[in-house]
Amino acid sequence: MTYDVPVARGESADLEETADLTTEAWPMWEVFVRARRGISHVHIGSLHAADAETALQNARDVYTRRGEGVSVWVIPSDHIHAFEPDDAADYVEANEKVYRHATAYDIPEEVGHM
Amino acid sequence: MNPEEKFQAIVDAEDKIEPTDWMPEAYRKTLIRQIAQHAHSEIIGMQPEGNWITRAPTLHRKAILMAKVQDEAGHGLYLYSAAETLGVTRDEMQELLHQGKHKYSSIFNYPTLTWADMGTIGWLVDGAAITNQVMLTRCSYGPYARGMVRICKEESFHQRQGYESLIKLCTGSPEQKAMAQDALDRWWWPSLMMFGPHDSDSPHTEQSMAWKIKRVSNDDLRQQFVDMTVPQADYLGLVIPDPDLKWNEERGHYDFGEVDWDEFWRVVKGDGPMNRERVENKTRAWVEGAWVREAATAYAAKRETQAKVDAA
Repeated sequence: MTYDVPVARGESADLEETADLTTEAWPMWEVFVRARRGISHVHIGSLHAADAETALQNARDVYTRRGEGVSVWVIPSDHIHAFEPDDAADYVEANEKVYRHATAYDIPEEVGHM
Repeated sequence: MNPEEKFQAIVDAEDKIEPTDWMPEAYRKTLIRQIAQHAHSEIIGMQPEGNWITRAPTLHRKAILMAKVQDEAGHGLYLYSAAETLGVTRDEMQELLHQGKHKYSSIFNYPTLTWADMGTIGWLVDGAAITNQVMLTRCSYGPYARGMVRICKEESFHQRQGYESLIKLCTGSPEQKAMAQDALDRWWWPSLMMFGPHDSDSPHTEQSMAWKIKRVSNDDLRQQFVDMTVPQADYLGLVIPDPDLKWNEERGHYDFGEVDWDEFWRVVKGDGPMNRERVENKTRAWVEGAWVREAATAYAAKRETQAKVDAA
């Protein structure tokens, strides 16, 4: 099937849509799930909830219906501060420092695994 | 490279576009429309099956149906979250759906008349959805592609439980088998319509393919679905209601008849058997649930104030 919105011949796709809103939405939370003991929590998605308690309940219902996790974190989305690769001249510089990698050093075969 | 060339280079390299990347405005809007339509389809899609939860023939089938409908609510939420990363709010999308400015898949505008419709929807409607969604796991927009991976895992349960339920009906009494045949007769053509208009009538396909939002055309996906489904119908001993359906040795595909495109456009434009009822139900649930949302907000605010007072 397709989820493109079908547009009849001669009609415009009308991409400029807005809705009038009166209600205030619940804040957004980011959800992190630990799949099993021994590994880190991994970001799995987001959801809306009024507070941390309901955010956790919703996270369990939305993201762990089939035992996907043994532990769930929820964090208000606006508490996350991000660093974007585009800002990062540092990344380019880091890539130039090949001497930081183990593979930059030739060790004779007879020395064995190192 | 200008931003647009840089964007296209990422797409062409089969890398993903992420929410904070620069993207052409039309790419963003196309995705919002498509992901919202996809999310709305999941949410409206709860109604035809919700119709049979209280009348499922056994407790086992009832539990399965409830799990499936709950998955659909979950799928809607993953998708709304993906759309939100593009700068539209959940409430805005709800509002547009209620106002009829946003659409959902037309398949959900057909009624579920018998129990056999539950099995048939799982088999055909979820089968068609999987055909499309497997393609969408490779979509260029990261949050949408990731959502699809989760959804596809769960859709497999939807399709398999449906087909298994039809095996039961088709190996049961003659009346049960007739009920399964009747359901196939009613759902076959609307299922083929799910793939959208012919490629020649899909003016946006080319751009969506260049942006790698869409990877396979409507007609190709429809053919893939028919080829996959015909042997499954044979196994059930059911007859697909298309006199033109036959194997084409030369093409290596099944030939099949023409979809009734007048019906397709009629339903898309709001005149299907269930359009009004589906949107009315959805809107009513939203309006009647407003007090719950408001109460939760008020309670959270009260707790926060209390915490500040206690801390002081």
